[in-house]
Amino acid sequence: MPAMELVCPAGSLPALRAAVDHGADAVYVGFRNQTNARGFPGLNFDDKGMGRGVEYARRRGTRVFLALNTFAQAGRGRMWRDAVDAAADLGLDAVIAADLGVLDHASRHHPDLPLHLSVQASATTPAALRFYRDAFGVRRAVLPRVLAMRQVEALAAERPLELEVFGFGSLCIMVEGRCLLSSYATGESPNTHGVCSPAAHVRWSERAGRRESRLGGVLIDRYAPEEPAGYPTLCKGRFRVGDDVYHALEEPTSLNTLDLLPRLLATGIAAIKIEGRQRSPAYVAQVTAIWRRAIDAVQRGATVPEDPEARAQLSRLSEGSQTTLGAYDRRWQ
Amino acid sequence: MNTPTNRPRLALGPVQYYWPREDVLDFYERMAATPVDTVYLGETVCSKRRALRPAEWVEVGRALARAGKEVVMSSLTLVEAGSELGAVRRLCEQQEFLVEANDYSAVAFLTERGVPFVGGPALNLYSAESLAVLVRRGLMRWVPPVELPAEGLRRLLDDWQAGDYGPVPDTELFALGRMPLAWSARCFTACAHGRPKDDCGFVCMEYPDGCGLETQDGEPFLTLNGIQTQSGRPLNLLPQLDDIRALGVGGLRVSPVANRVPELLEECDRVLRGAAPARAVAAALDEPACDGYWHGAPGLRPGSV
Repeated sequence: MPAMELVCPAGSLPALRAAVDHGADAVYVGFRNQTNARGFPGLNFDDKGMGRGVEYARRRGTRVFLALNTFAQAGRGRMWRDAVDAAADLGLDAVIAADLGVLDHASRHHPDLPLHLSVQASATTPAALRFYRDAFGVRRAVLPRVLAMRQVEALAAERPLELEVFGFGSLCIMVEGRCLLSSYATGESPNTHGVCSPAAHVRWSERAGRRESRLGGVLIDRYAPEEPAGYPTLCKGRFRVGDDVYHALEEPTSLNTLDLLPRLLATGIAAIKIEGRQRSPAYVAQVTAIWRRAIDAVQRGATVPEDPEARAQLSRLSEGSQTTLGAYDRRWQ
Repeated sequence: MNTPTNRPRLALGPVQYYWPREDVLDFYERMAATPVDTVYLGETVCSKRRALRPAEWVEVGRALARAGKEVVMSSLTLVEAGSELGAVRRLCEQQEFLVEANDYSAVAFLTERGVPFVGGPALNLYSAESLAVLVRRGLMRWVPPVELPAEGLRRLLDDWQAGDYGPVPDTELFALGRMPLAWSARCFTACAHGRPKDDCGFVCMEYPDGCGLETQDGEPFLTLNGIQTQSGRPLNLLPQLDDIRALGVGGLRVSPVANRVPELLEECDRVLRGAAPARAVAAALDEPACDGYWHGAPGLRPGSV
């Protein structure tokens, strides 16, 4: 059975070191601009930091992928082309992209640079995967988190290319690459600016003893005095539909597919991705270590370790302290 | 007001809601007599909605074609199950009508066949380089993402001219109606009724214009439409017609609402012909509209009239 790769997030040099030191087979990184879907202030790598990170990973045999997964915007296309060229110059192990123009540029000018299809491309079928493989020579695709486990298995059965799936981290309720809610409220979206519900558009206020969070002026949630308040990510607010006020789109939870690991391995999934380039080095270290142990166990033919302590730890690290199998479990849909 | 000689094409997008079969048939029968030029047909949101069978959509298309309309079959936007993919493949294999591809499964089938096709608003084409990839493979018309501002479209078309890509494809703007903003594996309308998606009871049929979602302080914000989330307010780009025309846009798309479509199409036609001011469309719309995206601002910003 082929080895299953553990792909971990590195939003900074300390996070990269944490992932490498705790057993990541590969890390994914982004440049400090709008070319990747975690374009948050203070995150990601400038040219110098990128060079140091790549060196650190390479000395320990860890592969480095560049997340280049926003959509190149008219008039600003150079930023994306430069990033592809830089990845080729650095000899990175893959570029993770979704935009047709970016993939086209990479395949024409750097035919030896491996291409992975980003989850932002929302490719959910063998036919869609085939298009990207045939047009650009894409070798691997990261599957959207909207697919149920049996749909993942059906895709894997045809296996038009290597498949990577999300294992753990924040959960997008919407199909990646197909959500404009953030720009509807703030003018900036994952597709155009690599951000969702950006902090610069967040306002907190207090009214009649209740805290209110707003995004781009839109009331996202109200909290009672003792109620814990969360970051006003647009899809996680409480809204009114009919007579009810509730989490009309999503309850704040995180994805955790630890228990699906044996099935994912049996299906021939090539890699497991951990979400969270915006999270701390400590988070990356803990999650990487837990998943390393689990993948090693399953690859030895053992079951996923019970390890209640590790599970409690994952739960604490999760948003809303709750985890779910997400769309992998049909009942969630 | 100038009197334009080249009136942009007036198009009617696919019905995004779940209407009863009789209403759908009646709706398209009435479209034959309107000044619309192009009609997009088919279910693009949820494969569980089966108002018409594929063969019936073909019949509706034939009737509209006989009335002189250009007919395009639109494909499903979020394709997951094998049965859904099969339906998309069959749609792309029929040879009678042009197809609008709304995901890359349809793009794959159409490019493998080597036939001309329309690229829908969910294909994420934000640059001349991306558009060129599909034009080389047969795309003859495209609908830009609804979040693309006028300035972005202008730059894209400038890049196209500068880039030696050949003739520019026909650009059709999503111009009037509630904008599709997001897609999900989850059905929010079923969820609002406390039902699981697999036993949804087809509750979408209770909302011929989608189910409104408001903020806790009572502002209309979004519209739930099954697995699709739309803008709370409709978009109205008709007041921007001079700029739209200057960009060389070939067509304007009206997205159907439950009532008033014939009146809206009449008013749009009069505005496009220079026979009425843009506010005639706003009056026919009869609810406040937004147009922030066009100006590079948050999409929900109220529009001018």
